Amino acid sequence: MTTTFRALLGATALLALTAGAQAETTITVATVNNGDMVRMQGLMDDFYAKHPDIKVEWVTLEENVLRQNVTTDIATGGGQYDVMTIGTYEVPIWGKQGWLTSLDDLPASYDVDDLLPAIRGGLTVDGHLMASPFYGESSMVMYRKDLMDAAGLTMPDAPTWADIETAAKAMTDKSKEQYGICLRGKAGWGENMAFLTAMSNSFGARWFDENWKPQFDQPEWKATLDTYLHLMNEYGPPGASNNGFNENLTLFQQGHCGMWIDATVAASFVTGKDSTVADKVGFALAPDNGLGKRGNWLWAWSLAIPSSSKNQEAAKTFIDWATNKDYLALVASKEGWANVPPGTRTSLYSNPEYAKVPFAKMTIDSINAADPTHPTVKPVPYVGVQFVAIPEFQGLGTTVGELFSAALAGQSSADDALAAAQTAVTEEMTSAGYIK
Amino acid sequence: MARAVSPRRYWITTLAAWGVSLLIFFPVLWMILTSFKTEASAVASPPQLFTAEWTTQNYADVWARSDYPRFFWNSVVISVGSTLLGLAVAIPAAWSMAFVPGKKTKDLLMWMLSTKMMPGVAVLIPLYLLFQRTGLFDTKIGLVLALMLMNLPIIVWMLYTYFKEIPSEILEAARMDGASLWKEVVYVLTPMAVPGIASTLLLNVILAWNEAFWTITLTTTKAAPLSAFIASFSAPQGLFYAKLSAASTMAIAPILILGWFSQKQLVRGLTFGAVK
Repeated sequence: MTTTFRALLGATALLALTAGAQAETTITVATVNNGDMVRMQGLMDDFYAKHPDIKVEWVTLEENVLRQNVTTDIATGGGQYDVMTIGTYEVPIWGKQGWLTSLDDLPASYDVDDLLPAIRGGLTVDGHLMASPFYGESSMVMYRKDLMDAAGLTMPDAPTWADIETAAKAMTDKSKEQYGICLRGKAGWGENMAFLTAMSNSFGARWFDENWKPQFDQPEWKATLDTYLHLMNEYGPPGASNNGFNENLTLFQQGHCGMWIDATVAASFVTGKDSTVADKVGFALAPDNGLGKRGNWLWAWSLAIPSSSKNQEAAKTFIDWATNKDYLALVASKEGWANVPPGTRTSLYSNPEYAKVPFAKMTIDSINAADPTHPTVKPVPYVGVQFVAIPEFQGLGTTVGELFSAALAGQSSADDALAAAQTAVTEEMTSAGYIK
Repeated sequence: MARAVSPRRYWITTLAAWGVSLLIFFPVLWMILTSFKTEASAVASPPQLFTAEWTTQNYADVWARSDYPRFFWNSVVISVGSTLLGLAVAIPAAWSMAFVPGKKTKDLLMWMLSTKMMPGVAVLIPLYLLFQRTGLFDTKIGLVLALMLMNLPIIVWMLYTYFKEIPSEILEAARMDGASLWKEVVYVLTPMAVPGIASTLLLNVILAWNEAFWTITLTTTKAAPLSAFIASFSAPQGLFYAKLSAASTMAIAPILILGWFSQKQLVRGLTFGAVK
């Protein structure tokens, strides 16, 4: 073999390697730290086997930090992320602003019609699917069956707020640090206001009327807040104004709560290995007041592509893999059906294997009971069940949340908190131009 | 002549010092202990300082899930790099302010300090855009520059304070002997200010190591340091406190060890010039 021939061979091999390297596309996926997302990162071998030309790099951040970073990037057209994990709150706002790429052209195997209608509705803007749901959730009542039995009560599948109070009263024994009900009290638009806004829907309340006039001075909001404060003050744990999802989860798992109304995703935690009451938990729909709306919310963590991404096709390939039916089957085959990301596809809930999961039926019933496009009894100019899908809501929700949390802490009365909320929201909506 | 301390007074002050130290160290101790607990015992109610079931599984999980060495290396480069670059800029600046002050030197010093009073988020968008347009986003050199500029007022102030303690006559003597400005700063001033420079260096390495807002905001995957590593284990839904504690312990351990071994230097530098 001549030196020239060897050199030519070497150059050819180098070129082939270079071509291979150039063909590989690297996408950056921004996500939150939760069990389902972590599980997906552990199953990436399947993706790489199917798509060896795409490399995925992960940026995992705390929810609020992720929201801030992604918002900054997308607003400045930075293009640092190719796939972003975003919530149901952001999709309609960002979709309308043209910040997201439509996912209408995903392959037929994605089966868009299999998505749960309520979830799909929350992710659709002007008829275009703007994000693909990775997991969806609603809220429901989780209760202690043993304490209900001991009190001689039965929890209806679809309780009213009156049923909840009766059960809370019966299960409370403060001498044993056993509290009838645990609810979110920590201030924040995604904390106590997620719960209270959803609860207010069942009382016929709304954030705004059709002309964007705040409604905190209406009797429906007073009834909501009075009921909430009464339940928590009489039957709730001490220091509840500091309790969010994780704090209440701890209390419930340690056996201190008779009932907990919160995200359906909590069902797998309270029945999991870290729970001391795992075999004593029952589930029911979120309560109502007979007005046609229940106090449950609707949320989905979804994957979306910012319009500034330079790797749109690779990003779509990844989203298709991560959110189609095959992925659910992959998780089931590796980790069991109980660990499949819930709340996104109709086919999952018609699967007899998944039907054996104890909280599957109540989860789907809760999701189906929420309607983000018609969230309230009276008409409203916004979408969103536990939020108002306008950019100002994060600030407004947190302001009102602080006022209501202060009322729970006993620092102000319900009337004062509502009056202050009405003033604060009116001022903000006026300066934002919603109220002329 | 040093005043004799009575045994009673000695024990009271010793106990008080230990008490305050334990109080300050307690959250770190709690975090370290939690990192060796199961998730269930980490959130036990009432809280338990010790548990019956210690485990190192959290460290194994954290190590398996993340590329710790990459985050660690990024932290080292960013904190040491920004500090060394800051010293290179600040030593001449502090020299001129200490030994050849002008009419506006005091105002300049105050203005430099006042920039630290502005919340970082106020310049988030301009800095973000600047980093994007110049290709500095998610690069170590970008963060070195950002953190250097951010900590520069502190470095200049600290060095200025140390330099002021050095008699200017010594520098004048060097000048009389024919030393150039370069030699005066490098061979006379710097050796005399070594304790001050060392403590400034250490303090700024610690500040840069612990900085979280900019290091998380201006990075994604390539230059993300240990602050981003910790943030990736924070979960809004789910109790992963033990894993979060393990990640936090892994992130602070290097700087804690560095601080422990250099505490003599740190204390000496920080109290330098405090007593005349």
